[in-house]
Amino acid sequence: MDDFEDDEFDGPVKKFLFLNRKAPYGTIYALEGLEVVLITAAFDQDVSMVFADDGVFQIKKDQETSGINMKNFSPTYRALEGYEVEKVYAEKESLEARGLSEDDLVIPVEVLSAAELAELMDTQDVIVSF
Amino acid sequence: MSILHTVNKSPFERNTLMDCLARAKDGAAVLLIEDGVYGALAGTQASDAIAKRGAIKFYALGPDLDARGLAEKPLIDGITLIDYSGFVDLAEAHNPVQSWL
Amino acid sequence: MDYNVNETTINADEEGYITDMGSWSKDLADTIAVTEKIDMSDDHWEVVNFLRDYYEEYQIAPAVRVLTKAIKKSLGPDKGNSKYLYELFPYGPAKQACKIAGLPKPTGCV
Repeated sequence: MDDFEDDEFDGPVKKFLFLNRKAPYGTIYALEGLEVVLITAAFDQDVSMVFADDGVFQIKKDQETSGINMKNFSPTYRALEGYEVEKVYAEKESLEARGLSEDDLVIPVEVLSAAELAELMDTQDVIVSF
Repeated sequence: MSILHTVNKSPFERNTLMDCLARAKDGAAVLLIEDGVYGALAGTQASDAIAKRGAIKFYALGPDLDARGLAEKPLIDGITLIDYSGFVDLAEAHNPVQSWL
Repeated sequence: MDYNVNETTINADEEGYITDMGSWSKDLADTIAVTEKIDMSDDHWEVVNFLRDYYEEYQIAPAVRVLTKAIKKSLGPDKGNSKYLYELFPYGPAKQACKIAGLPKPTGCV
């Protein structure tokens, strides 16, 4: 992305929904998914990011990984705003099943029900699942 | 010596914890590690399975809870937190060790 | 492609990004800058320090547009624009400045 101009990317813009369903650290999906979201957003695409199922654990507050010798990438979710990813959702049923509430999360999200998530998925051009 | 079972998968995503508990006898030890530590949380849809097995000794690996931001979250009553050296002690005190992967 | 600073070897990948962020120092930054043909001024240091702060907060190296916007927000439009940043770092502000700052290659830079 070393374009000299400040103008926006002028290629086709599609609606991308990233569906994050895996807990962090146990597998590489969460970190890989986050990187793909940032790259997609850097190309000025219309990005929605959804945390559902164990994916809601990705944005749990207070992560402290020094004891397991892995990089704590939870602060990177706070960079989404700077990448202009503003549509960030967490599924209500997933939070409740895991005893979590919005107060447990590192970033503000819009909480939506499974039925609302189904509607949101219906409006996308591309769904990418991690 | 009784068996030490280890579970490293989230109970919300896999049946591994249930598969383990179906085969774990009273008096056995079950250690939750990696994503398995999500099973230690109190007040979740998965909490009951562990809570009703009072005759099994449950452990959870502290560094894995810390990494996942769960250090301050309430755990199911009776779960003992251990660190890596505690893991070694458990493995020494039990035989055989069964890892539910 | 390793660097040599004060008789110590600092490991880097084939593109010149250091592999252990903990091995960064101001002297190393000057050494990397020389290989990038950049004469470090206060303005260069301002961007390098900004990047290091950004990394500290977010744990990633930003894409160039995100960097530009973030600099604009905190240092003003005179510095938060591509022209200014490319004058300082002609081969790409994100890539070159990140390398000098000891950060990984920017995320979103493909």
